[in-house]
Amino acid sequence: MGSRASSLLREEDIEEIKKETGFSHSQITRLYSRFHSLDKGENGALSREDFQRIPELAINPLGDRIINAFFSEGEDQVNFRGFMRTLAHFRPVEDNEKNKDPNIEPLNSRNNKLLFAFRLYDLDRDDKISRDELLQVLRMMVGVNISDEQLGSIADRTIQEADTNGDMCISFSEFIKVLEKVDVEQKMSIRFLH
Amino acid sequence: MGPFVSPFDNLLCMLLGISFTVWFTLLLVFIIVPAIFGLSFGIRRLYMNTLLKVFEWATMRIERGAREKNHLVYKPYTNGIIAKEPTSLEEELKEIRRVGSSRDLNGSSSSPTGSSHSSSEFAVSDIFYFCRRGVESIVDDEVTKRFTAEELESWNLLTRSNYNFRHISTRLTALWGLGLIIRYCILLPLRLTLAITGVTLLVVLTTLVGVLPNGRMKNFLSEKVHLMCYRVCVRALTAIITYHHSENKPKNGGICVANHTSPIDVLILASDGCYAMVGQIHGGLMGVIQRSMVKACPHIWFERSEVKDRHLVAKSENKPKNGGICVANHTSPIDVLILASDGCYAMVGQIHGGLMGVIQRSMVKACPHIWFERSEVKDRHLVAKRLSDHVEDKSKLPILIFPEGTCINNTSVMMFKKGSFEIASTIYPVAIKYDPRFGDAFWNSSKFGMVNYLLHMMSSWAIVCSVWYLPPMSRQEDEDAVQFANRVKAAIARQGGLVDLLWDGGLKRSKVKDTFKEEQQKLYSKILVGTHEDRSRS
Repeated sequence: MGSRASSLLREEDIEEIKKETGFSHSQITRLYSRFHSLDKGENGALSREDFQRIPELAINPLGDRIINAFFSEGEDQVNFRGFMRTLAHFRPVEDNEKNKDPNIEPLNSRNNKLLFAFRLYDLDRDDKISRDELLQVLRMMVGVNISDEQLGSIADRTIQEADTNGDMCISFSEFIKVLEKVDVEQKMSIRFLH
Repeated sequence: MGPFVSPFDNLLCMLLGISFTVWFTLLLVFIIVPAIFGLSFGIRRLYMNTLLKVFEWATMRIERGAREKNHLVYKPYTNGIIAKEPTSLEEELKEIRRVGSSRDLNGSSSSPTGSSHSSSEFAVSDIFYFCRRGVESIVDDEVTKRFTAEELESWNLLTRSNYNFRHISTRLTALWGLGLIIRYCILLPLRLTLAITGVTLLVVLTTLVGVLPNGRMKNFLSEKVHLMCYRVCVRALTAIITYHHSENKPKNGGICVANHTSPIDVLILASDGCYAMVGQIHGGLMGVIQRSMVKACPHIWFERSEVKDRHLVAKSENKPKNGGICVANHTSPIDVLILASDGCYAMVGQIHGGLMGVIQRSMVKACPHIWFERSEVKDRHLVAKRLSDHVEDKSKLPILIFPEGTCINNTSVMMFKKGSFEIASTIYPVAIKYDPRFGDAFWNSSKFGMVNYLLHMMSSWAIVCSVWYLPPMSRQEDEDAVQFANRVKAAIARQGGLVDLLWDGGLKRSKVKDTFKEEQQKLYSKILVGTHEDRSRS
């Protein structure tokens, strides 16, 4: 079992993932063993059910949306590369890598972190948050505890505040504008140990 | 040709005969007889200390080898992969919003109605909290890692405990090979012989004792037989057990609760005293043992059937069973001992219809002992009643219960089912902590079968564990069963150095109940709506 786990993760793969995501060697091996333990089917890929088996995620009101973020459209499996790519959004921004390569935007940039959050709202992936989508996400977060009218007024106000071009939707640029003052870099980061 | 071969044949037979005799005599003299009387020569302690020295050396070699080759040593995440900040939903949201609004005040161009206008209304950024929490739980969570083997700080020369074992040095590989030969060629056969002896003794002797009429003689003999056989079985796993605070050992008429890691928990506790056991009925080898044990003294076995077992049961219904009590769980992943009155499955009632049900019922009548099927909801009360009847009878053995309901990997204690704490009686908590360096005692029942697991155990170095008997606890007047259960759990966790978790061990098999999610939603709604009320009032 143990030897199989390491043989699946080759040194070249680690190097490539390192380049793509910015995780360190030991972080990658540790996350690989986590990936491996989540992979109950032992086929080198995670399914939605594998994620849902994590109780703490299952009780998260937005658990399903977060799980969804790991899967590209139409796919129902995510391999280790994809898994790491999504997790990389949550790496903290370190000072020394801010201006490393101006041509490639790192996965953990402010913009990418915001895009990740935006996608959680954007259910139909049309790059716009409509009132209906906002309502659905709000409903996930509050359950049955708030009435339709109240929730509707929350959604309306939120859209009014964010919408600048009057299409009653929140586009990504409007979304960035709304969250301009929030410390996204910190709030959307997880402290991975070295 | 014949005349030439036969002397050789005779010689071979003689040699085999002699070696077998020697083997068994040695076993008898050095292991079984001391085991029966509960003596120890200190050989196992010596063995343990030697092993520890060898492991230390091996770890040192690995680290040196890695440094020479400039490899990074794989360090298991004993402290976790990530650092989580334990903040509550409310604090976190306030923090996010405070940052947003305070910047607003400082900045010259504050948006007219944006996130600044109320410190606790819905803000688009609220999603960050849920999002980060969610991803954190994907990277590292408290529950699922309790159901897989614990990772070790140093390598114990068992391949299965090192995730990227590579060829490091010839001497180390040779050592590993030597260990392999010792474990599989010397220890394994030795332990197998012992185990077979122990189990056979147990089955034969308990059946014999069972024939005796009820009385003091029977109880006395039954206790002696059990203790003796368990001691032999414990030797079969080279278990080195340290019992602490034996003065707190459970007394008759009490309930003993312990944390649960593997089926051998029972062996470990039982080799220091006799218990009446509550647990599910097993098929196969376990079934034979259980049936003979029940004859000698009253244990409580019950059947645990899961929804997925329906098909298995349906199949086994069609096969004639000679005196089979219950084989429903024969092929499914199972735990040995479980608290009788944990959750109920509504559908289980149907399983026991038909032929199986008839057999079961008649068996219940034929056998005066308290084993029962766990089928209908009303059975819960039956279980509780039987337990309390048992407890009230001071002549009966203390009941041994594992209220977690499932095997946990011995790093934490999970939610205790409240059933056994509802019975007003003294509870004797027991903490069992295994030393993972010598072999992993945790039974990952969804991955390995019973036989496979036992082979694993027998080919490991040893089972080293500590057992702490804690002072008896009883329910206080203002406490309900759940609070009491949590108090006992906390005591066990503290003593065993285990993490005290609120999560239900049943999550190993089933999904989380929706109510937990609803609780989170309620919490968040309170933050949203609470402010609405404030606003309308002002």
